[in-house]
Amino acid sequence: MTAPNDRNSTGGVPVPVTPAGASSGAPAEHPPSSPAGRGMFGNQGTGDVSGFGGLVRQQRPIEETPRPYGGYFDEVRDALEEAYPHFGDAIEKVVVDRGELTLHVRPERIAEVCQVLRDDLALRFELCSSVSGVDYLGADERRLHVVYQLTSMTYRRRLRLEAAVSVEAPHLPSVTAVYPTADWQEREAYDMFGIVFDGHPNLTRILMPDDWEGHPQRKDYPLGGVPVEYKGAEIPPPDRRRSYQ
Amino acid sequence: MTTSNYATERETTEGKVFTVTGGDWDQVVSGTDPINDERIVVNMGPQHPSTHGVLRLILELEGETVREARSVVGYLHTGIEKNLEYRNWVQGSTFVTRMDYLSPIFNETAYSLAVEKLLGITDDVTERATTIRVLMMELNRISSHLVWLATTGMELGAISIMLYGFREREYILDIFETITGLRMNHAYVRPGGVAQDVPDDAIRKIRDFLKMMPKKLKEYEDLLSGQPIWTERTKHVAVLDVTACLALGVTGPVLRSAGLAWDLRKTMPYCGYESYEFDVPTHPDGDVWGRYLVRLAEIRESLKLVEQALDRLKPGPVMVADRKIAWPAQLAIGVDGMGNSLEHVAKIMGQSMESLIHHFKLVTEGFRVPPGQVYVGIESPRGELGVHAVSDGGTRPYRVHYREPSFVNLQALPAMAEGGLIADVIAGGASLDPVMGGCDR
Repeated sequence: MTAPNDRNSTGGVPVPVTPAGASSGAPAEHPPSSPAGRGMFGNQGTGDVSGFGGLVRQQRPIEETPRPYGGYFDEVRDALEEAYPHFGDAIEKVVVDRGELTLHVRPERIAEVCQVLRDDLALRFELCSSVSGVDYLGADERRLHVVYQLTSMTYRRRLRLEAAVSVEAPHLPSVTAVYPTADWQEREAYDMFGIVFDGHPNLTRILMPDDWEGHPQRKDYPLGGVPVEYKGAEIPPPDRRRSYQ
Repeated sequence: MTTSNYATERETTEGKVFTVTGGDWDQVVSGTDPINDERIVVNMGPQHPSTHGVLRLILELEGETVREARSVVGYLHTGIEKNLEYRNWVQGSTFVTRMDYLSPIFNETAYSLAVEKLLGITDDVTERATTIRVLMMELNRISSHLVWLATTGMELGAISIMLYGFREREYILDIFETITGLRMNHAYVRPGGVAQDVPDDAIRKIRDFLKMMPKKLKEYEDLLSGQPIWTERTKHVAVLDVTACLALGVTGPVLRSAGLAWDLRKTMPYCGYESYEFDVPTHPDGDVWGRYLVRLAEIRESLKLVEQALDRLKPGPVMVADRKIAWPAQLAIGVDGMGNSLEHVAKIMGQSMESLIHHFKLVTEGFRVPPGQVYVGIESPRGELGVHAVSDGGTRPYRVHYREPSFVNLQALPAMAEGGLIADVIAGGASLDPVMGGCDR
């Protein structure tokens, strides 16, 4: 198991090893390349004469939404600005997309912001619905994003907070002191992405076995193939199967 | 595994025999002093019949009183969220339906709503498709609550209710089979609508069910509500008030049993629930008894909703009109089972090259979803079921996260169990209605 504060590890990616049962140059022996936005039809290397393989999907940076946002979003922003003196420092971006408000928060401020959002009478986000991670490999320097979905039962509002950390220093404060329900969800984000929540009472793996190496939901985590007991054959991992190539 | 810490081996006349011990068990036990300490550590699960699935509980007992309880999950982790990233958006339905296997329709609907929101076609979903979704969800809620009633009854020693609950659930599964072709894991609700229309046969079956069910509910109440053992085992047991529920993120019937009428169908409506007439049952005590009453009342409300949905079912398409998103073929039952309809096959193979191309592109590659992220929460039988879906503009999900009510609610188990009796751990745990397939995903 990787220690939570082990910054010298290879970013949680296990060292490639030969899978048991396959020694025939099966595809699973080669670590997959980045799946992020390159080519079309999943075609890589030779064999592609269409030219589509050279296409690179544009990763547009997330842009700040200009005011007014509409709906209750302006009220939420104003209330937070009034209640939280470090607003300018803590909130990196405000994005409104598809009728949902996202505040991009500086990671070291996340617990403070949650505290204000929960306690301020004009905000009252009493329930932390969900905490999850997203790995924006290749699109963001700080590629690991922690996404919090807050719900205000009093005002019937939803709000998303997003904090981005890098793989080299995947640390941010835990919000468990504000929202105890974040306990298991932060453990899951640690388990799956290797994001370390400082101040969490018991940051251990939750879904994967305790002695598992690596963080499976990261985009550069190799998918495993299944060794089958038939002449060293191997069922390749999903991204290497022909139908998904 | 021969040199593993988990199993010691010895040779016998019948071959090698492994003695498997409980992993970190020795470490847990070595923390206690068996001679001077009154406390003992008991490991319950992951294969215990009363833990509602592969849930492991580690209980520190003083006599029969639970001093500390810790739950261990993850035994049913199947990596569904990761797998989704390697299938196209439509194929996702097939995966998510397998998460919480007692409420598959909810998993599918939440996923479909999220994909539709990402595509910006929420308002284009046809009225008939939405009504069918409501119909199916409410039937599913009834079947899920029936399993809860059946298994909880069994765990507390009431065997008859187990048989009755499963018997009536079977009726709903029959209806599902008529509509979707499968009893479970339907993949019926798809982004853009539903897979196929409801056959007339099913409508008749649902009408029969609506007639039959109120009598059965009366039977359950006659069997349990006045039963002294049942009331002793449930009243004032595993109490969780509103404050504790909110702090621990507990939603659904457990929160409503503590007195807060928070139901997403009412408070943040989706699928047109605001236009249906139904009540949100609550109970003031926040105990297992309250959860039992709330769930029974919810079955009654769901029956009302099913009836209203049936009345609203007007003929019309069940998929969005956009041919870039809608699955190209209507499915039909042929001599060799369900598949693409013959007319469609005749069209793409004999008449229209463009239709063939579109069919091919949609089926092999799938549709593209504009980049962005959304969160959709719906009221599942266990509480808020949330989907956080992220797209990078491709034909496959970039990330899908399920906020599973089973997972979140299970955190409340220590708060319910500590300080109580060990027998009440069973009642409290069961009253949360965790489904481990959903919890571990």
